Amino acid sequence: MSEAVIRTVALTRDYPMGGEVVRALRGVDLEIPQNEFVAIMGPSGSGKSTLMNLIGCLDTPTSGQYWLAGTEVSRMTDDELAGVRNRQIGFVFQTFNLLPRASSLHNVELPLIYAGLKARDRRAKAERALAAVGLADRMEHRPAELSGGQRQRVAIARALVTEPSIILADEPTGNLDSTTSEEIMRVFEELHRTRGQTIVMVTHEADIARHAKRVVTLHDGRISSDQLKAA
Amino acid sequence: MPIYEAIVLALGMIRAQKLKSFFSLVGAFIGVMFLIAVVSIVKGMDKYVQEDFAAKIFGINTFTVTRRPGVQFGNVTDAMRRAWRRRPRLYDEDFQAVRDALPPEDLVAIESENQVEGQAGTKSSQYIQVSGVSEDLFRIRDYRVAEGRLFSPEEISHGQPVVVIGKDVADSLFTGVDPIGKTIRLAGFPFTVVGVIEKQGTVFGISLDRFAIAPYTSEIKKVVNPHKVVDGIIVKAPTPALMQDAMDRVEGIMRSRHHLRPEQDDDFHLDTQEDVLSFWAKISSVLYTALPLLVGVSLVVGGIVIMNIMLMAVAERTREIGIRKSLGARRRDILAQFLVEAATLSTTGALAGIAAGLLLARIVKAVSPLPMGVSPLSIVIGIGLGVGVGVIAGVYPASRAARLDPVAALRFE
Repeated sequence: MSEAVIRTVALTRDYPMGGEVVRALRGVDLEIPQNEFVAIMGPSGSGKSTLMNLIGCLDTPTSGQYWLAGTEVSRMTDDELAGVRNRQIGFVFQTFNLLPRASSLHNVELPLIYAGLKARDRRAKAERALAAVGLADRMEHRPAELSGGQRQRVAIARALVTEPSIILADEPTGNLDSTTSEEIMRVFEELHRTRGQTIVMVTHEADIARHAKRVVTLHDGRISSDQLKAA
Repeated sequence: MPIYEAIVLALGMIRAQKLKSFFSLVGAFIGVMFLIAVVSIVKGMDKYVQEDFAAKIFGINTFTVTRRPGVQFGNVTDAMRRAWRRRPRLYDEDFQAVRDALPPEDLVAIESENQVEGQAGTKSSQYIQVSGVSEDLFRIRDYRVAEGRLFSPEEISHGQPVVVIGKDVADSLFTGVDPIGKTIRLAGFPFTVVGVIEKQGTVFGISLDRFAIAPYTSEIKKVVNPHKVVDGIIVKAPTPALMQDAMDRVEGIMRSRHHLRPEQDDDFHLDTQEDVLSFWAKISSVLYTALPLLVGVSLVVGGIVIMNIMLMAVAERTREIGIRKSLGARRRDILAQFLVEAATLSTTGALAGIAAGLLLARIVKAVSPLPMGVSPLSIVIGIGLGVGVGVIAGVYPASRAARLDPVAALRFE
């Protein structure tokens, strides 16, 4: 039995908004074991982005607890969270979020700079990560010189390069056409199959969620369904 | 993030946004340029006044007994001027008395001067500095002949009409001709040229070679002064200590010759190169007082510009900050990145300012007789100010960047 990488208990998150309090999450208990490929679904306003930010350690919960790879992170300081993001989490965003002025290689090296690696080690790791997503011949290209699919591959390489506990993908195909979306989903599937990479993906598209092995659906800040697909 | 990475990043940023960077550099650039240029020029002046000017005009361990100060500075009131005019003149006899009062190793000479027209054949030249001198003057001034000879003690005692001329006078009145043995008319009086002195060069662009020197006993005395009056008695001692000793003796002998009571002030003046040096020290201290103000104003303005540019940069790059934070950048990484960027900006400006300041000093050197004194300390200070202004101006924008909430920053369009 595999150990849970993510475990949340009664996680809530309130946002003060113009005198009122918006309760984005109203108590989420979620457990994600290692090597799982989970899709988090839900209509807009269901709280899936908020959950994503909490799981990604970009935000802290109003109440409840969150253990990531066995460590409680729900009470950590900003800088501690930065360290956790650096080591444990690889982000893939809808809008790619690459640095426009930097080459693919430099973009992929970025998390390793904050990890304090030497230039030579960084370069070697970044080259390997880019090769793993099929971009060995696009290392010196800038984002503007790449197609949408290629940009998202650079972003995946950047997420992979630190060998994180989880890859968090937030609508990773939201800005891509359906053919390219399929291509990117195959990259995720392969990562999951060959490396046993834990992947948590937020999406509102059923087509995309179908690639995952488990689908968690949120509704009004609570988990409304949690389905495990037969292998 | 290592500082080196941050600097490379910052330089990349400067390259990418040339115009904006240029404006943010201007303040630091101008401030440091002023600093370097002014310090270099003032130092050059310093060196010049101390090593060249004072030595050329006065000579080392040399002082001159005169009726009133040759270099006047500070507030000279009309009352002081009137008092100076009432002072007794100096005479040939004073020279003898001073000579007798001093040990033989001290050199003592008369020098009386005027500016007159000189003529030779059909040529003439205005403003020749003519002096009637006694023999020690050549040794005091360290004048050596390029051609011919100096005049002898016998020629002085007989008041012979002989003259030693400077290189410029020789060149302008005797172009292409050997001047030795020729006649030169100084204010109408004929003199025979016996020697030409080696080239002396210039001070502040004024030639030191437009002179003619004759025995003080010759007809020159009618040109320079009323009968038996001398302008100055020059004394040169072998060492600074002996010079002080000579000054004390000369003061004593002059006081007794002028029958001064102990409570009365001297009614003569001992001019030394210290007078020139302290005069210059006053000017340079004014310059050095004004300098920090000038530099400070441009650096403050430059700092404000950099702060604004950095605030804009933080706003424009909010998303980049969000990305970096999501990838694990801590507050101090972001802080360091923007601080280094600000410091790199202003230091680049400072380095350009140092180059421009040195260039400016070089131009001054080229178009004026002033040498250039590069002060390594001013360069170090220049760089230090550059880094300092950047860091101080960068603190506020950088800490704003560091405190950004990653979720909000990532959502920023």
